[in-house]
Amino acid sequence: MIHFILLFSRQGKLRLQKWYTTLPDKEKKKIIREIIQIILSRNQKTSSFVDWKDLKLVYKRYASLYFCCAIEDQDNELLTLEVVHRYVELLDRYFGNVCELDIIFNFEKAYFILDEFIIGGEVQETSKKTAVKAIEDSDMLQETVEEYMNKPAF
Amino acid sequence: MPAVSKGDGMRGLAVFISDIRNCKSKEAEIKRINKELANIRSKFKGDKALDGYSKKKYVCKLLFIFLLGHDIDFGHMEAVNLLSSNRYTEKQIGYLFISVLVNSNSELIRLINNAIKNDLASRNPTFMGLALHCIANVGSREMAEAFAGEIPKILVAGDTMDSVKQSAALCLLRLYRTSPDLVPMGDWTSRVVHLLNDQHLGVVTAATSLITTLAQKNPEEFKTSVSLAVSRLSRIVTSASTDLQDYTYYFVPAPWLSVKLLRLLQCYPPPEDPAVRGRLTECLETILNKAQEPPKSKKVQHSNAKNAVLFEAISLIIHHDSEPNLLVRACNQLGQFLQHRETNLRYLALESMCTLASSEFSHEAVKTHIETVINALKTERDVSVRQRAVDLLYAMCDRSNAQQIVAEMLNYLETADYSIREEIVLKVAILAEKYAVDYTWYVDTILNLIRIAGDYVSEEVWYRVIQIVINRDDVQGYAAKTVFEALQAPACHENLVKVGGYILGEFGNLIAGDPRSSPLIQFNLLHSKFHLCSVPTRALLLSTYIKFVNLFPEIKTTIQDVLRSDSQLKNADVELQQRAVEYLRLSTIASTDILATVLEEMPPFPERESSILAKLKKKKGPGTVTDLEEIKKERSSDMNGSAEPALNATVTTPSPSEDDLLGLGPAPVTNSPPPPSSSGSLLVDVFSDPTSAVAPLAPGSDDNFASPDLASSEVVSEEPADTVHDADELFHKFVCKNNGVLFENQLLQIGLKSEFRQNLGRMFIFYGNKTSTQFLNFTPTVICSDDLQSSLNLQTKPVDPTVDGGAQVQQVVNIECVSDFMEAPILNIQFRYGGTFQNLSVKLPITLNKFFQPTEMSSQDFFQRWKQLSNPKQEVQNIFKAKHPMDAEITKAKIIGFGSALLEEVDPNPANFVGAGIIHTKTTQIGCLLRLEPNLQAQMYRLTLRTSKEAVSQRLCELLSEQF
Repeated sequence: MIHFILLFSRQGKLRLQKWYTTLPDKEKKKIIREIIQIILSRNQKTSSFVDWKDLKLVYKRYASLYFCCAIEDQDNELLTLEVVHRYVELLDRYFGNVCELDIIFNFEKAYFILDEFIIGGEVQETSKKTAVKAIEDSDMLQETVEEYMNKPAF
Repeated sequence: MPAVSKGDGMRGLAVFISDIRNCKSKEAEIKRINKELANIRSKFKGDKALDGYSKKKYVCKLLFIFLLGHDIDFGHMEAVNLLSSNRYTEKQIGYLFISVLVNSNSELIRLINNAIKNDLASRNPTFMGLALHCIANVGSREMAEAFAGEIPKILVAGDTMDSVKQSAALCLLRLYRTSPDLVPMGDWTSRVVHLLNDQHLGVVTAATSLITTLAQKNPEEFKTSVSLAVSRLSRIVTSASTDLQDYTYYFVPAPWLSVKLLRLLQCYPPPEDPAVRGRLTECLETILNKAQEPPKSKKVQHSNAKNAVLFEAISLIIHHDSEPNLLVRACNQLGQFLQHRETNLRYLALESMCTLASSEFSHEAVKTHIETVINALKTERDVSVRQRAVDLLYAMCDRSNAQQIVAEMLNYLETADYSIREEIVLKVAILAEKYAVDYTWYVDTILNLIRIAGDYVSEEVWYRVIQIVINRDDVQGYAAKTVFEALQAPACHENLVKVGGYILGEFGNLIAGDPRSSPLIQFNLLHSKFHLCSVPTRALLLSTYIKFVNLFPEIKTTIQDVLRSDSQLKNADVELQQRAVEYLRLSTIASTDILATVLEEMPPFPERESSILAKLKKKKGPGTVTDLEEIKKERSSDMNGSAEPALNATVTTPSPSEDDLLGLGPAPVTNSPPPPSSSGSLLVDVFSDPTSAVAPLAPGSDDNFASPDLASSEVVSEEPADTVHDADELFHKFVCKNNGVLFENQLLQIGLKSEFRQNLGRMFIFYGNKTSTQFLNFTPTVICSDDLQSSLNLQTKPVDPTVDGGAQVQQVVNIECVSDFMEAPILNIQFRYGGTFQNLSVKLPITLNKFFQPTEMSSQDFFQRWKQLSNPKQEVQNIFKAKHPMDAEITKAKIIGFGSALLEEVDPNPANFVGAGIIHTKTTQIGCLLRLEPNLQAQMYRLTLRTSKEAVSQRLCELLSEQF
């Protein structure tokens, strides 16, 4: 199973954290710091896998954003890379050419999309169509730009 | 400000996020956040009821602030309110907040559970989905208690929507992982297995994850899943790339499901049914064949997905280890990957091949890749990949290529990353010993290790070279000459001084004939290093000097001068001072005969498994067990003079790695005798009454049992019943300690005092007659069941059949642990008291954990070993209620008393306890790792044991679980 997923920028700014095991907040912060440091210090040409404690980190960079999953030893590393890719595809499909700013400004959506795809550290739905449909169904309350602009700005 | 593309964006939130991004400094950011927090607080506290949208927006802002890394201590109630909203987006934000900021406030949890319950009952699939996601995200015990019974029903109900089934399966999996005791097994399990046949591939994918985890713990119950999984897999593998529509990923049919099915099959041995087995073999062959086909796409996603399935299939082939044809094909496939331009594939190929190397069918095939692997060691730019190459070289090493592999590893060691040096040192040391045909090669290799990476050469390694030199007289002269030469180097590592000091102290005479290495030159050479060394090394050198007094009487006065100098006799270190004083005295008053006896050459060490092997065995995991058996056989035939340790000797056979058996309790390192420890013990013999040498063992001096009530006890009126005293409670008390009262009634008190070292032990049983009347025909017998007899060797001496009133008699039990064992021996006592016959039995607390040796290791090592023992059979876990107050200090003391090392600052969670040690038996050594996770709130513990042997994990878990 996946123990946690972290999204962070090349500057080391955390953009999304999803934990599938229960840990105290302090511990999470420590792990985040440690892992960002490990991944950012690795060269371009290295493998996408790093042993870390009793887990294995699988990571990939998309433009300015790193996606990193911590998996167990017996989990499949290559397929984890594709879990990341499928998530990027889902984000892309939803936001249309997703970029880091989309994830910053719509962080809650990024979490919802992840929840449709992965539960408890295991892949729930691998079909892109089905996952996207579930996400779009949840956006039943569409609003116009005008409605949006009329909302209070505080 | 970027436009919010879709959905119901919250403008206020977007503005706030934008403000934060525009902050020029951390201070400005904190100021802006505090302003926002104040604003939200006032809104929540204000008189005006907030509408759903505002509530949602503010809760979302709080969430954003929390995710930035700031603490949030309010807003939970507002989030809970959102859960009962009918608007999906509001509910969704409420659930998200709850999932991220779980709060243990019980009132709140009641409200949350209530909202979840409503949504689960709503029959609205999107609401049910949200509720299930929340349970899975939080995954707490409280959630499990509330919903673990409900979710299986949703999962197998006929009218549940597919998407809800998927969520329910994975939600249940999460609860099972955190609280397996709360998930009831029942009728639903057989129906879950049949989800493998479901039409909807998404449902099958989710269900397979659940079934795999359940099957690991309850293989019998889920056995039928094997044939279902095989047929499902077969349908996927043989389908055309378009058949599965949206479940085809970059031209690969259902890669996630395929990998999960292959994982599920790894919970079981090869299928027994020949039809199923044939079908599975076909599947695996098809997967291997497809790897040779040209790619259907140039995209990396295609090759990753395809190879993910391939690697998982290879894992299954290796797991079954029964089809030579498949194993060799797998090996060839991995061989191709070894030279692939993708670093990821090279990494995975090296990793997979490691496990292939231990299969008898593919070992030779793996060996053919040796040049490629050596090349990887030299040219790979990624340390992760080089580490795998080292692992593989070690795994493929045998007599035919040992010289080459050891040479390459030594070569690599010169430039190796610091993080993996120690492991390489261990590996080289083991291979050099295991495949040494010529022991001069072995000695050279170890000295090279010390030269190249002295700091990484652990005690086990240099102890071992000394043991081997002492046990093999054909290499002693060569060893003395080589260390003498190595010591000539102007800067040599302290470990070399230790080995050199020890070996010259024993065998310096073998090279003393050469004027270039005369006794005085040898002494001066060693003494020139003395002042640069640490206290333990200096202590060792002092012992070498006194050995020289015996070997070379001609330099006795030189040595006495050194010992007599103020820097020795008045050394601030007590150990050094004592040695100098005692050695000086010994050299002055003892006759040459006595000197020759006391300082005689070390006797051969008893043959036992190398402690280096034990150290690495834990790193390597179970795959090497057979391999290690073989080494032992080889070694016992190779080595001469293997003396069995004599249990009843007052001085045990000395070993450089151990304190002698007499020392009760572990001595601190600086106090422990240096390698020639026999001379230390014998000193006592020389200067004092021989019996006092064993004084610490004399039971008379023990005050544990001289309790006042024993002396003043009155005549007992009642006759004790003739019963078997199971006395479990008292028995368990002894698991973590060695001394105390085992049994007591009005007539008799039984006390114990015991000591254990390695696989040997000695127990003193004290029988106290509490009455004023004699016991007659007093016969204690230690009884082992047939099973136990083969694993535990006990020798007792008979005791005097008459025990006077108020007197105490003692019985010694010598213990040898031959192999791991489950039960405890029974102590049966029969005697006559005042005309009645008494008969009672108690369990004797000789438990497996008594043969623990603690092992210290770093966090990294611990988790690496932990990971290597990840086979489900190696792990035993128990979750239980605390029986005693949960005090961390007491728990620590108990873990230490249990015999393992208590490893501090290893577990990422400081509340947890982890330990490590080695169980020593005569036939083998078993590395054990343990982890105890207390949950103060629930007053529960979770204890996990991982060892290379299932029965050992089981037994240790049972024993330790009773302690808390």
